[in-house]
Amino acid sequence: MIQQDRAPDAEDMPVQTVAIEAQVNGRRVRAAVPTHRTLLDFLREDLALTAAKRACDVQVCGACTVLVDGLPVSACTYLAFEINGKAVETCEGLAQHGTLHPIQQAFVDAGALQCGYCTPGMIMITKALLADHPRPSVDEIKEYLHGNICRCTGYKKILDAVLAAAGAE
Amino acid sequence: MLQPFQLHDPTTVPEASGILRRLGDDARVYAGGTELLLAMKQGLLRYRHLVNIKHIGLDGVAFDEAGGHLHLGATATHRAVERSDVIGRRYPMLATMERHLANVRVRAVGTVGGNLSFAEPHSDLATVLLLYNATATIGGTAGRRTIGIADLLLDAYTTALAVDELLLEIDVPALPAGAGAAYRKFAFFERPSVGVGAVLIPSAGGAGVGEARVAVGCVGPVPRRVADAERVLARVPLRGSAFERAAAEAAEAVRRACDPVDDLYGSAGYKRHLAGVFTERTLSAAREHVLAGGRG
Repeated sequence: MIQQDRAPDAEDMPVQTVAIEAQVNGRRVRAAVPTHRTLLDFLREDLALTAAKRACDVQVCGACTVLVDGLPVSACTYLAFEINGKAVETCEGLAQHGTLHPIQQAFVDAGALQCGYCTPGMIMITKALLADHPRPSVDEIKEYLHGNICRCTGYKKILDAVLAAAGAE
Repeated sequence: MLQPFQLHDPTTVPEASGILRRLGDDARVYAGGTELLLAMKQGLLRYRHLVNIKHIGLDGVAFDEAGGHLHLGATATHRAVERSDVIGRRYPMLATMERHLANVRVRAVGTVGGNLSFAEPHSDLATVLLLYNATATIGGTAGRRTIGIADLLLDAYTTALAVDELLLEIDVPALPAGAGAAYRKFAFFERPSVGVGAVLIPSAGGAGVGEARVAVGCVGPVPRRVADAERVLARVPLRGSAFERAAAEAAEAVRRACDPVDDLYGSAGYKRHLAGVFTERTLSAAREHVLAGGRG
């Protein structure tokens, strides 16, 4: 239903960059990012952090979920310059010294993944859930995870993993 | 793929309107970006300039006890509304709607003002604000003005905002004590395809409907109040079968008035049918809330 507002100009807009400084998985990152760079491209292409995945690209599937100042966002539709002065967490930052984070371990133990493409997003949304609700009800889990799509598991084992992670944390 | 754009970061409303006036149709206000960036990524919209209004201080959420009004800053996120204690207590219909809006990630970033300014027809917020008789305060180079939500939303993706204007604040009057309110929607994925809400304000004696408000959204280009539905409910006793008969008439009025369109979210006929079903359900729920002492 959206109509094209105006024909794209033949004259391209020069690329403007923004100097940012942020914490990414606890590490200080400084960069000059183009205004139109998405956080997902910045993480995957510039920082080689490929846990967050591109799938639907329209904020529906949750595969690109990362945390910005603790809040879950869809990195596919979030501009990279917005992380300036903030802390970003991706799935790569969870394991410490070779030991999986309790949420990661719970997903492994419950067999809550098959192809694994959605798993980093599932794990990050679970981290956001447990920060808000350390002992979540099944309804609270569904409220957070309904925006994360898995095409393999059928969700039962994911629910089991989240409940186990909540008990373990 | 997003195309390059120049970012503007005003810190005052006059500065923002000045930029918008100077750049005209080449610029768009940017807040959460949850709608705008999607449309830009898909090439449906192209702006060479985005005006970030998140540093103007428009993100406040405050309840004025004396006046009984809620002030929602345009850049307040859905999450802020969803989690506000005072909104949970005084505006439970609004809080419940926000808790089911899109998904937790969109709510963390998307803003109240962005939702209204983008005027995407599949929006729960505008329908619910219509039920509260909310108003929008708009700022531009010529100053400020305040208009009703129905006057803000002119058509799908079209608002009454002039090129140099931006939404500053939404003012939401609290419902009178004892009122009941409910909103129900039917959604595929994250987008609601039918949304119906009802408010019942009891009459002075409490036995009948003093004032009824019924609104339907998402099915057509803009959400709307349905005056014919509201009329048949006025003065109807809250208890007994007269209420069910009036609710059925109200549902018919909503079916007639709802102006559905065929799209990927359903056929016009299907949406019309659901709008009627949801009218009866929301009226029933609103009545239960009134009979239980009120829940607005």
